[in-house]
Amino acid sequence: MAAINRDDVAHLARLAHIEMSPDELDRMAGELAVIVDAVKSVSEAAGDDVPATSHPIPLTNIFREDVVGHTFTAEEALSGAPDAHEKRFKVPAILDED
Amino acid sequence: MTEYNTTGTSASELIRNSAAQLAEKLAAREVSAVEVTQAHLDRIAAVDGGDRGVHAFLHVNTEEALAVAAEVDNIRAAGGAAAEELHALAGVPIAVKDLIVTVGQPTTAGSKILEGWHSPYDATVVKKLRAAKMPILGKTNLDEFAMGSSTEHSAFGPTRNPWDLDRIPGGSGGGSAAAVAAFEAPLALGTDTGGSIRQPGAVTGTVGVKPTYGGVSRYGAIAMASSLDQIGPVSRTVLDSALLHQVIGGHDPFDSTSLPDPLADLVAAACIGNIEGMKIGIVKELHGEGYQAGVENRFNESLELLKQAGAEIVEVSCPNFKYALGAYYLIMPSEASSNLAKFDGVRYGLRVLPEDAPMTIERVMGATRAAGFGDEVKRRIILGTYALSAGYYDAYYGSAQKVRTLIQRDFEAAFAKADVLVSPTAPTTAFKLGEKLDDPLAMYLNDVATIPANMAGVPGLSLPGGLADEDGLPVGIQLLAPAREDARLYRVGAVLESLLEAKWGGPILASAPSLTELVTTPGGSR
Repeated sequence: MAAINRDDVAHLARLAHIEMSPDELDRMAGELAVIVDAVKSVSEAAGDDVPATSHPIPLTNIFREDVVGHTFTAEEALSGAPDAHEKRFKVPAILDED
Repeated sequence: MTEYNTTGTSASELIRNSAAQLAEKLAAREVSAVEVTQAHLDRIAAVDGGDRGVHAFLHVNTEEALAVAAEVDNIRAAGGAAAEELHALAGVPIAVKDLIVTVGQPTTAGSKILEGWHSPYDATVVKKLRAAKMPILGKTNLDEFAMGSSTEHSAFGPTRNPWDLDRIPGGSGGGSAAAVAAFEAPLALGTDTGGSIRQPGAVTGTVGVKPTYGGVSRYGAIAMASSLDQIGPVSRTVLDSALLHQVIGGHDPFDSTSLPDPLADLVAAACIGNIEGMKIGIVKELHGEGYQAGVENRFNESLELLKQAGAEIVEVSCPNFKYALGAYYLIMPSEASSNLAKFDGVRYGLRVLPEDAPMTIERVMGATRAAGFGDEVKRRIILGTYALSAGYYDAYYGSAQKVRTLIQRDFEAAFAKADVLVSPTAPTTAFKLGEKLDDPLAMYLNDVATIPANMAGVPGLSLPGGLADEDGLPVGIQLLAPAREDARLYRVGAVLESLLEAKWGGPILASAPSLTELVTTPGGSR
């Protein structure tokens, strides 16, 4: 299995929307390489015949009665928002202007 | 304010009572709920603040706690049906881990990204505490988003271990465990994803329980790894954890992973007082090499006591547990990276604008998450993003999920031979603050004995097993039971606790430092 390097970390940080300084990338790449090395034996533990478990105690079809319950007012829903306008979350432009 | 205190108990004696004892005294009107709550608030003021304080609390909820206590006193004073209907723990105060949302108090998850945020709703467990009229003393410190084993990853500074203020109180729920160990609260709520209730219990000489996955609603617990997270009780006695578990447990339609089963009578189980003929399994892979000598000694001593009580000790082997830590550090970050995507500077909490143009939402997210998350959270998000990325998914996340199946099979085989399994809770006693901060992997190894239970969803309990000879610090004994058999933990735990206390001549926390030096230190109260 390939080791994780600085370029990988830079790419992953972009995917995860976390800006990182060059110093932080250096440090993170070193630390993650150690961790990835320590966990890699996991890929050799189980054969193809072993099914995956995603959930320790599986429950299926969890439905409730279709009745109207409490919902937040716009004010409640927006109470923790960094910015709001006319009962909506206000955000900077989605796309670059140019 | 109602004052009874017919026995002349001082506040410093009052806080040393267990929750069960307080409940009894409240029901008999020997003390008032306001007196009990005020005694704990005074203790918090005396030992929690200042440079050398325990720092178990991120927020103290004085006004509301006293109001709830006064309400309980008024109901009791008026008598009649309302007094009869009061919950047994009405008026017994409790602390809540700051990962669990509360109306009227801030919830930070130990992170700058949520600093100052107030939830518009209560977690189900908090609603249950309110229904039982238990005064909520405040919110306790934790590793940021519950990621850590020492509480040093809190954005608001570490909690100190009441046994030695230069040592860690465990994590992530170090605040809840330290609050209970320092007599700042008789009870607390914690959350356990890989040991965050049990390992802090072990290193602070307190009791902590991770219930069966789905046994306690997770609605309103800020999710780290949804297939592993579980809310549970923190206390000083096994009976107290059973009492609290009984309050918070049971089905919740707001949590789709909540078990539909009715809750067993856990308090009755803690009161059976007999384990004759029960089979208790020692897991070969969960002691010995890598475990501190003093931990191993106390563990062997507990085995001897269980044997004397009439239990049959059997050895079991769980060969796939050696992969548990590695698989956990793939599954947990994967789920965390997804769960923490919602902290994006749009709907709640911090928003940081980038220093230069262009000012797009993507760049705002990047700047917000860079400033709002600490190092450990970033490490785990990056690791999770890696494990889930195309080309690595099968090798990492897929393999880890298969290991999960192997661990479940190991537990099944072990529980075919034993009713309950026993091991040390953590391989070492409390380490020094700062000691493992620069070595994430060494920190992770502290959870080696607690992680298998989360991977399989089975319940686990940690109780104090005495002090290690070499450093005089608490050692935890872990009990594990099959899924949905939490009652067995309380049955065996209460018996072992009473045998150990008979040996020590009282609870282990009676030998903890009194922390009186903090009371007299200038700046020792906030």
